[in-house]
Amino acid sequence: MSVKQISVFLENKSGRLAAVARLLASRGINIRALSIADTSDFGILRLIVDRPEEAYRALKEEGFTVSLTDVLAVAVPDRPGGLAPALEALSEANLNIEYLYAFVARHADQALVLLKVDDRERAVKVLEEAGFKVPSPEEIYSL
Amino acid sequence: MRVVSGLRRGETLSREELRELQLVRLKALLVRVYERVPFYRRKMDEAGVKPEDIRSLEDIRHLPFTTKEDLRENYPFGLFAVPLKDVVRIHASSGTTGKPTVVGYTRRDLNLWAELVARIVRMAGVGRGDVAQVCFSYALFTGGFGLHAGLERVGATVVPAAAGNTERHVRLMQDFGTTVLVGTPSYILHIAEVARQMGVDPRRLKVRKALCGAEPWSEGMRAEIERTWGIEAYDNYGLSEIIGPGVAGECLERQGLHINEDHFLVEVIDPNTGEPLPVGEKGELVFTTLTKEALPLIRYRTRDLSRLLPGPCPCGRTTIRMERVMGRTDDMLIIRGVNVFPSQIEEVITSIPGLAPHYQIIVDRKGYLDELEVQVELAQEGFTGSYEDLESLEEAVRHRLQSILSITPKVKLLEYGSLTRSTGKAKRVIDRRRGGEG
Ligand SMILES: [Zn+2]
Repeated sequence: MSVKQISVFLENKSGRLAAVARLLASRGINIRALSIADTSDFGILRLIVDRPEEAYRALKEEGFTVSLTDVLAVAVPDRPGGLAPALEALSEANLNIEYLYAFVARHADQALVLLKVDDRERAVKVLEEAGFKVPSPEEIYSL
Repeated sequence: MRVVSGLRRGETLSREELRELQLVRLKALLVRVYERVPFYRRKMDEAGVKPEDIRSLEDIRHLPFTTKEDLRENYPFGLFAVPLKDVVRIHASSGTTGKPTVVGYTRRDLNLWAELVARIVRMAGVGRGDVAQVCFSYALFTGGFGLHAGLERVGATVVPAAAGNTERHVRLMQDFGTTVLVGTPSYILHIAEVARQMGVDPRRLKVRKALCGAEPWSEGMRAEIERTWGIEAYDNYGLSEIIGPGVAGECLERQGLHINEDHFLVEVIDPNTGEPLPVGEKGELVFTTLTKEALPLIRYRTRDLSRLLPGPCPCGRTTIRMERVMGRTDDMLIIRGVNVFPSQIEEVITSIPGLAPHYQIIVDRKGYLDELEVQVELAQEGFTGSYEDLESLEEAVRHRLQSILSITPKVKLLEYGSLTRSTGKAKRVIDRRRGGEG
């Protein structure tokens, strides 16, 4: 149930983010979700795309410092407080969340959230037992 | 089949025979320069020394030093000991500040130069049957022509590809089956990088050895070159004023560089006081060229820091060895009163997995305090995507540097490929305290 996420290391200098977007666009790769974590010196761009392996190779060939990471997607009700029970379930199971970010698009009446957790398999079980839907990678890429 | 021929007589004399030979040559040299070079006559007269006062090798300490400034002040040919018509080649080193330093060679000098470089080449186990690709610049710089002549002399197949046009280097290596690369360590590493971008795995090429020189490098850098290429890398040392490459080189033991002592008399001095140091102590290398005709140099201060390693070498050569040059006194940065060599920083960077051996050192002054910033590229394979891993990488660099330099540097991680690659000597230091790039 792991979704392939692309992480790109970026120096904080102008034009780098645009260069990533331009490269992916030129290959016809669609960005499904993205987040940027940055400090004053560098940033990590995280991307969910429709064709992750291809995007990874393209970025690498262009000389970007890039890696593929397994993350988990979960669907939560798209209303205030919709995310909280999912996080509580993970926390009660002692699962650590390194980071999370949301999809831009909605999926039916659900909001989609991406999570990087330390034990992905157990997290899937915990979330499903708590009544959350964990979409398959195919569903995510083809959104 | 590769044929690596044996040692030359000058490399295997007993220490006593060698010292005798050096003294005979030194005496003849002093007579020659006193007669022919007004500069030396004046300096020796000022110091109150005549050639005949030098009766032992130890007496050399009574002679004045020669410096790079002396060469500049006598630009271009003022220190030549032969008329220009007897000079068949001129090289020069670029002057980042002021005039270049000009060096000349007679026909015999060129012959000697080729012979001494040939020794360095043989020491590294390179010979007939090798295809040697020279990646040094062939120009006023002595690296290209020097290595070229020595490689030809040992019978290697020489490819004078020269510095630059890196993709062509890779294609030539593939097409010609190059077995030996010759260049600066930083450029040899960069060629591997370009090879990979072209879809060529450097480890699958036929290259088996690299002869690296012309810039200070660390053991860590050597390990990186050897791992990247799947080869053995050998250090060699020289400077254009003395003859160019061919002053010293590593044998297969790789425990220091054998100095061609039958032609160069070496001393190690305290760079601050000029006093000779006991054998084995670290200081500035000083050379006297015993046999060179066009531009003989008496006690030339190299500004390179090293130490001598006495004692026999298992390879059978009796010539003394010097430790790899840790840096030039010119490169030494004084940051908050602490002496820092770029090679020390390189050693730290190359010892931490996840970092590429591409870095830049920036020194600045904030108020009254010097600040050190080290910018280093992430290795392509070193990025895990985790923020915490990047932070601990930064922390590792900071911590290791602080423990050896006692200064806490600012560490900045860069994208792989972010810094400009050099085809010659890499530019690692930007010192903004002097109000410009230094
Ligand atoms: Zn040896």
